[in-house]
Amino acid sequence: MSSTAVSAASGSDAFTADGRHKIGGVILSVQNISLSFGGVRALTNISFDVRQHEILAIIGPNGAGKSSMLNVINGFYHPQEGKVIHKGQERKRMRPFMAARAGIARTFQNIALFKGMSALDNIMTGRNTMMKSGVLAQAFYLGRARKEETEHREFCEKIIDFLEIEAVRKTPVGRLPYGLQKRVELGRALAAQPEILLLDEPMAGMNLEEKEDMCRFILDVNKEFGTTIVLIEHDMGVVMDISDRVVVLDYGRKLADGTPDEVRANQDVIDAYLGGGH
Amino acid sequence: MLYREAGQFKTSYAADQQIFPILQDRVGIAVIAAIALGVLPLVATEYLTTTILIPFLVMSIAAIGLNILTGYAGQLSLGTGGFMATGAFAAYKLSTAFPDLNIVFVFLGSGVITAFVGVLFGIPSLRIKGFYLAVATLAAQFFLLWLFNKVPWFTNYSSSGVISAPPRAIFGDIMVTGSSAHYTAKYLFLLVFVGFLALAAKNLTRCHLGRAWMAIRDMDIAAEIIGIKPLQTKLSAFAISSFYCGIAGAAWAFIYTGSVEPLAFSIEISFKVLFMVIIGGLGSILGSFLGAGFMVLLPVILTNAPHILGLNIPVDMISHLEYMIFGALIIFFLIVEPHGLARLWQIGKEKLRLWPFPY
Repeated sequence: MSSTAVSAASGSDAFTADGRHKIGGVILSVQNISLSFGGVRALTNISFDVRQHEILAIIGPNGAGKSSMLNVINGFYHPQEGKVIHKGQERKRMRPFMAARAGIARTFQNIALFKGMSALDNIMTGRNTMMKSGVLAQAFYLGRARKEETEHREFCEKIIDFLEIEAVRKTPVGRLPYGLQKRVELGRALAAQPEILLLDEPMAGMNLEEKEDMCRFILDVNKEFGTTIVLIEHDMGVVMDISDRVVVLDYGRKLADGTPDEVRANQDVIDAYLGGGH
Repeated sequence: MLYREAGQFKTSYAADQQIFPILQDRVGIAVIAAIALGVLPLVATEYLTTTILIPFLVMSIAAIGLNILTGYAGQLSLGTGGFMATGAFAAYKLSTAFPDLNIVFVFLGSGVITAFVGVLFGIPSLRIKGFYLAVATLAAQFFLLWLFNKVPWFTNYSSSGVISAPPRAIFGDIMVTGSSAHYTAKYLFLLVFVGFLALAAKNLTRCHLGRAWMAIRDMDIAAEIIGIKPLQTKLSAFAISSFYCGIAGAAWAFIYTGSVEPLAFSIEISFKVLFMVIIGGLGSILGSFLGAGFMVLLPVILTNAPHILGLNIPVDMISHLEYMIFGALIIFFLIVEPHGLARLWQIGKEKLRLWPFPY
């Protein structure tokens, strides 16, 4: 949160009229990715760029390869062909924890929270990679360990305020309703202060009100922290409203890539969605 | 006095992060500590101390150890007996090789040695999970016992294969191990050790290492995606768990029985500690104590119950009945509360919070 204040002071040319961070250069580039499982081709020759501070939506029918794409980006799947270039550096094989440490956080389509832990502990776990105190310091809760616990707690409390989940911070997440669990999961991803946030269907299964709340959180995250967001979503209204650019996948191939208006007018996309021509 | 947290407001995060944020809990712990340190040594007979208190404390350490591995980090292990044996023999070798080494460091050293052994046998955990891992840890159990049986170096070439705790003192002349040690001195020495170990375990589980363990337990894929290294985290759980089991084994050999052979740490002990953890409550330090208390106290009560009730039952019948009642009680408790005694206590606390109004 302090980064906002610092960058705000650095000059107004970094911001648009409504206070958002101006979309910058390419931060992550996916080039000619092909991924198959046995004989099943999940992704075929996919390329697109993610630019700094933008909200990019990936859409497509079920089984189009959207989630596989996110799994490739954060190192969970290893594509047979193509490369992912993150901040100008090509990476070949990586483990998911390396992606996390490089500033890529994500949430899951099916909530992947730590069910036995409280909401607060879940969010605190998101900051685990930043805690460096040794085993002995932790065992006796001395010095660095105590200091770290308190400092990171303070940061997590800001996230809890931001997501409006103060009342449930000490409740085990397994007992929370679905909508709140989704928020806690977003909180856990935000706790790591990621540069890029991958959201896999953040609004699936929500009612209109919950969707509006979630949209507001996503837009606020992007505006306040300048986080680059890549999201998968099925609700076209949401996608067209909040995203800067849209990538359309179908059967593992890329159909279109452009602003919401361009994509909406694209004949291939209309065919894929409305069934014409198939 | 009612168990209520109403009106106890915290004004800083540090205050909210205490182990016992509620006043009544702090009072309760202070009372228990006062009884354990001040009253019990004065009133407890030799029988009570050596058959109940000391084994309870020894098994508590082992239960905390296994609870860290199984309850917090989610790695099922049946190698506890093997690790305890490692601790016992490491302590024996350390204290006979370095007779001047303080007994406190002998215990800590045996824990560290066992931690290394634990890490070695924890390596398969990266690939295998659940019951399969339990089978892999069985290898540790059988291999380690076989090793201590077959290699005479571990027993200093004793012909019987039995090791006897050498007499060692703390603070100059207070004997705490060996046959000449007074049972109260043994008890107090062990109690202080257990106090520190339990506190350390509680602290570890509420800091980032503990959160990493629980994250791996609850969902290892998600844990990896938020930056937790699975191998390091699992191995650290094996190391710290084995550290505790090693100290428990050393305390068993040096303070509880005074002399042991490898067979004392058979698979039966591994299961016993696992039962303690399950009955007490997985993922709870308090549960480790409750489980150890249950498993140590119950057989003693069952053995003595016929005498107290004035029943005249043959001895062999008593031992059979003991097994049956013991088994039935374990099943009963698991049906009543599968999450263990610690969870029962937690539910009780939540009820007390509302008492006497049901809603």
